[in-house]
Amino acid sequence: MSQPEPLSLADLLGAAAGFGRAIGTMGASLPLDHFSDATSLGGRLDRLEGRSVILLAGDQLQTAAALIELDGWARRIVLCPPDLEARHLVAVAREAAADAIVYDAQGLPPQGIDFAVVAPCSLPLRPRSGTLARRRATEWVLLTSGTTGDPKMVIHTLATLIGAISPDSAGAPTRNWATFYDIRRYGGLQILLRAIAGRGSLTLRGAGETVDDFLIRAGAAGVTHISGTPSHWRLVLMNRAARRIAPDYVRLSGEIADQAALDALSALYPRARVAHAYASTEAGVGFEVDDGRAGFPASFLGERNNGVAMRIVEGSLRIRSSRAALRYLGDDAPGLRDSEGFVDTGDMIEIHGDRCHFVGRRGGIINVGGAKVNPEEVEAVINLHPGVHASLVKARKNPITGALVAADVVLNEGVIEAATLKQEIVAACASRLAPHKVPALVRFVPSLAVTAGGKLARNG
Amino acid sequence: MSIRLTIISQIQQVAAEQKKTLAPLADDLPLLETGLDSLCFAILVARLEDATGADPFTTADGARFPNTLGELIAFYEHVAA
Repeated sequence: MSQPEPLSLADLLGAAAGFGRAIGTMGASLPLDHFSDATSLGGRLDRLEGRSVILLAGDQLQTAAALIELDGWARRIVLCPPDLEARHLVAVAREAAADAIVYDAQGLPPQGIDFAVVAPCSLPLRPRSGTLARRRATEWVLLTSGTTGDPKMVIHTLATLIGAISPDSAGAPTRNWATFYDIRRYGGLQILLRAIAGRGSLTLRGAGETVDDFLIRAGAAGVTHISGTPSHWRLVLMNRAARRIAPDYVRLSGEIADQAALDALSALYPRARVAHAYASTEAGVGFEVDDGRAGFPASFLGERNNGVAMRIVEGSLRIRSSRAALRYLGDDAPGLRDSEGFVDTGDMIEIHGDRCHFVGRRGGIINVGGAKVNPEEVEAVINLHPGVHASLVKARKNPITGALVAADVVLNEGVIEAATLKQEIVAACASRLAPHKVPALVRFVPSLAVTAGGKLARNG
Repeated sequence: MSIRLTIISQIQQVAAEQKKTLAPLADDLPLLETGLDSLCFAILVARLEDATGADPFTTADGARFPNTLGELIAFYEHVAA
């Protein structure tokens, strides 16, 4: 559905001003009714007009405030995820032709990059005079974790980002949202935008906040709509505070939703519509499934009347959609769409009867609780061990995190298969890799299958 | 080894590998207060599947997930029975 232009987050907020709405996190709250005459950016907001702005705020609340103020005002907003490494920031700023940065007023701005405007962000909001005419279609740049190297930079607009969001109908009850996600990534940003486009409030999980504390806070805030990955939801299912919320709507996304988790959530929250959604930063929101079953109906393939077309090419899901990103940023960036406008998601599908099921990522990328693992990166570390001849790292299906990293290892001739050797390999990985990348299961095998092309056979 | 002992020893092993400090293990201890995180539980469930041949998290039919250590042990004893 096309949106009337110009449209900014401030316009969306203004449409439902005066309801006392807020974004709440652990110990802090951002009121949403005050943006017409208050700011988080001190006196610098005026100077950010038309600029390409790196948004590196201190936390989710600061980020939300700066997004609301900058959308329609800046030329481009680069939304930095919380785990962006300092070494990637230089490349990100260069590719984005950034001439301004918004940073946490409690800290120091990053050194070594020249910006024309350096704007500290702080809360609570402070009074601001004058009115702003937010007229630009600001470019939103989201970063996706490249498995190696610098992050990929994906260009959206507010129109592509809110394409899947339908406004609350006038008589409908207010939706109060909560999410386990961070709003600085696509999945969490979708929930922030749903909250802003609606009439309710939003509850975010604080950095380091336990699942119990978050559920108790969400329950007290009267949350009706809540989203997270299947891994987040399995932690809720194992938590005695699970009944502190009584949602109308439970949304799973970001990983494959399995039948056991869907059934357990429906049993725990009998009043709730339990839905699993498919979305990616590049392809946008693809679809939502709420029939209580894993996978999605094969009837979703082809052209649908909601502006989304899907097909399967060589086993992988491709999506053409008005909600997809426009392109990757950067002169040397690869194309985002094929010749017919479809985005290749890299998510592999198998069709059984009238149902499509996700079976993992192409190239063997392993998704451990929402965090991606490139098998080659882990194999490279294992293969450094002097006793190892070759290794194959692959996903092992897991009901808690969706998948775990497992390694098949071929030893050099004459090396004894000892338990201590497994421990050495695991220890070597632990010293060089993030915890979710370390093989949870190591198995010694006599040989590894190789394809006709001479590569390790990764599927099957 | 009994299922109870298998589970306890696997919990201790995973905690040691992942450098987590365990709370004193008792049946009424909530699982999320044991000191294990999501990744630890994932590893535990995979190891228990290898040790017992069962993965009740996947096979249990619309069942309630266990909240305490005692419920986790019963969860596995139930499928083994």
